[in-house]
Amino acid sequence: MIPGVSLIEILAVSTLMFFIGVYGFVTRKNLITILMSLELILNGAAINFVAFNKYLYPGEPAGQFFTLFLIAVAAAEVALAIAIVINLYRRIKTVDVDNVDTLKY
Amino acid sequence: MEKIVFYILAFAMLSLSLMSVLSPRLLRSAVYLFGVLAAIAGFYFLIGYNFLGAVQLTVYAGGIVVLIIFSILLTHEIDYKMEPPSWLRAGAAGVVCAGGAGMVLYLLSTTPFTRVEAPERADLDTLGGLLLSPGEGGYLLPFEVISILLLAAIIGAVVIAKHKPGAASNLNQENQTL
Repeated sequence: MIPGVSLIEILAVSTLMFFIGVYGFVTRKNLITILMSLELILNGAAINFVAFNKYLYPGEPAGQFFTLFLIAVAAAEVALAIAIVINLYRRIKTVDVDNVDTLKY
Repeated sequence: MEKIVFYILAFAMLSLSLMSVLSPRLLRSAVYLFGVLAAIAGFYFLIGYNFLGAVQLTVYAGGIVVLIIFSILLTHEIDYKMEPPSWLRAGAAGVVCAGGAGMVLYLLSTTPFTRVEAPERADLDTLGGLLLSPGEGGYLLPFEVISILLLAAIIGAVVIAKHKPGAASNLNQENQTL
């Protein structure tokens, strides 16, 4: 435990970060910025796992493994998303979600 | 002392993530995201999970941010500025997010968390042993699944990003006729 810091404070930080990420996810129009907001959301969740592991269940390192796998999944997701962004840019010269409607019509 | 460091890190995390979400410049937004991820790595070090902090720093701050910056540089001009979202959209999203955050914070403040006392197991020996142990409490199966997922993601990224001659020009013509 961090001396003088309670679990609630850490969870409050991660909650605020999660909802800042949600705000960016909703308001942004550019695919890359949406991806960055997604990273904020994932990291808010990862902080929660670590804080619960450290403060509530110090005997089981399950939270650390969840965070580890979360980081690996995020890496795979970003690699795929970047490939999609580059392919999209090559095809229609933009990465704005408003203009990506090839599959829609 | 740790308390002060935690508050500095928390302030850095929240302010930088807010700036990353609000900045109209794409590249600055990515640099702010790097700051957030580095602050989170610092938080992991502070809480005593050194391995996790190192992984966060190398994979997230070192790898993912570099990938994002590369993709920005490949698809945009360096001083590209995005237009801000409309007031209606920004206001509605802000209200929804503030409401959601308030609700979660209220629930957090009223939930009684109970600590399960046990000797702490967070050293690298335990982590490495559990990660490769198939027995009780081991994580061998998720470890293998995640390696296959990473392999599939690499192959998928290569296949998607590979340039197919002819495909692009066809689509461009279709878009022009539309």
